[in-house]
Amino acid sequence: MHPKRKQRLLIISVLIGGVGATAALVLNALNENINLFYPPDQIVAGLAPVDQRIRAGGIVVDGSVFREIGSMSVSFVISDLDGHDVPVTFEGILPNLFGEGQGIVATGRLGADGVFVASEVLAKHDENYMPTELAAMQGRKPPMGNQVNSDPGVSY
Amino acid sequence: MKYIPDGLRRLWHRMGSPRWFYETTASWLPWLGGAAALLIAVGTVWGLAFAPPDYLQGDSFRIIYIHVPAAYLAQAGYILMAVCGVILLVWRMKLADMVMTAVAPIGAAFTFLALATGSIWGKPTWGTYWIWDARITSVLILLFLYLGIIGLRRAIERPEAAGRACAILAIVGVINIPIIKYSVDWWMTLHQPATFSVTSAPAMPPIMWVPLLLNVLGFNLLFAVSVIQGTRTEVLVRERRTRWVSELCLRERA
Repeated sequence: MHPKRKQRLLIISVLIGGVGATAALVLNALNENINLFYPPDQIVAGLAPVDQRIRAGGIVVDGSVFREIGSMSVSFVISDLDGHDVPVTFEGILPNLFGEGQGIVATGRLGADGVFVASEVLAKHDENYMPTELAAMQGRKPPMGNQVNSDPGVSY
Repeated sequence: MKYIPDGLRRLWHRMGSPRWFYETTASWLPWLGGAAALLIAVGTVWGLAFAPPDYLQGDSFRIIYIHVPAAYLAQAGYILMAVCGVILLVWRMKLADMVMTAVAPIGAAFTFLALATGSIWGKPTWGTYWIWDARITSVLILLFLYLGIIGLRRAIERPEAAGRACAILAIVGVINIPIIKYSVDWWMTLHQPATFSVTSAPAMPPIMWVPLLLNVLGFNLLFAVSVIQGTRTEVLVRERRTRWVSELCLRERA
């Protein structure tokens, strides 16, 4: 290769390397802020700030969803399916994909009692796609949306 | 350089000539365009009308047939622009600058399409049109990079200087591409991780992914046709004072 071109290529490589290293350092420093939500294990470990607007994310535990009759309040438990559970209360309309076994991201405040009071609940979709018939064959439940179990006796 | 086959080296040297590019690609366009139209038509009709609905999302999952090809080409287009930037800066090949000029608005359009379709899908699926998670924010930055390159080129009057400035911005911005790709793995995001990867089976049955594959191929060809056509226009504009372009114009007029 022509020495002049070799030199230019070297300069460009150094440029890319430098910018790449800078970006890596900045992103690493901002790591905590780039995460959209706190997973259940961090909340249980007390790493999430109490009584500040944060997001919590996890899988809705099977059989944990209860709605008070005659109101919009609903309560459920989110988990990382690894032993860390966070109880959540919410008043409002749930997304259509909400359901037991589904991932969600909730915006709200963590109380001192460890209950997360959500003001917004978003459904998190995973990377798996499946036709309805196949899902039924595998015994997968369709999403619940707002059609959740009613139990006046249980509420957080 | 001695390990590179002769044929490839000849092609490389010919590509230095915008005129060669203009004359050679003329016959490619109808074939590429026809194949693109056919693939996209079959893939889209299959995907929208015949693929089964998803058990969770119902019919709204069908936006994947536009969203995934658009998002993929938005990134591939940027990489192409950065490669052209390197070729321009190192080898001073004029054609690379012309390709770079042509890619910018096309890549921006695909990026916008990816963001728009994602947003439309986000409302029924997630419950929101927009969220500032790492994936969505980094793709928005990609759109701004494209727009920045378009703006930068217009802002500098001398074409050579504009080309070099755009090349540097394109090369620096390519750092954003791995960030987009791995954002869903490095950080907690609302956007799901990739359904398709080179190393493992797709998380989707063939009846759903075959039409998507057709659309990805079709979008690739559509992108190629658009970039080639854009580059041809750029060739004519920049070479307008040369003899072969005046002769071409005279022939076209006759």
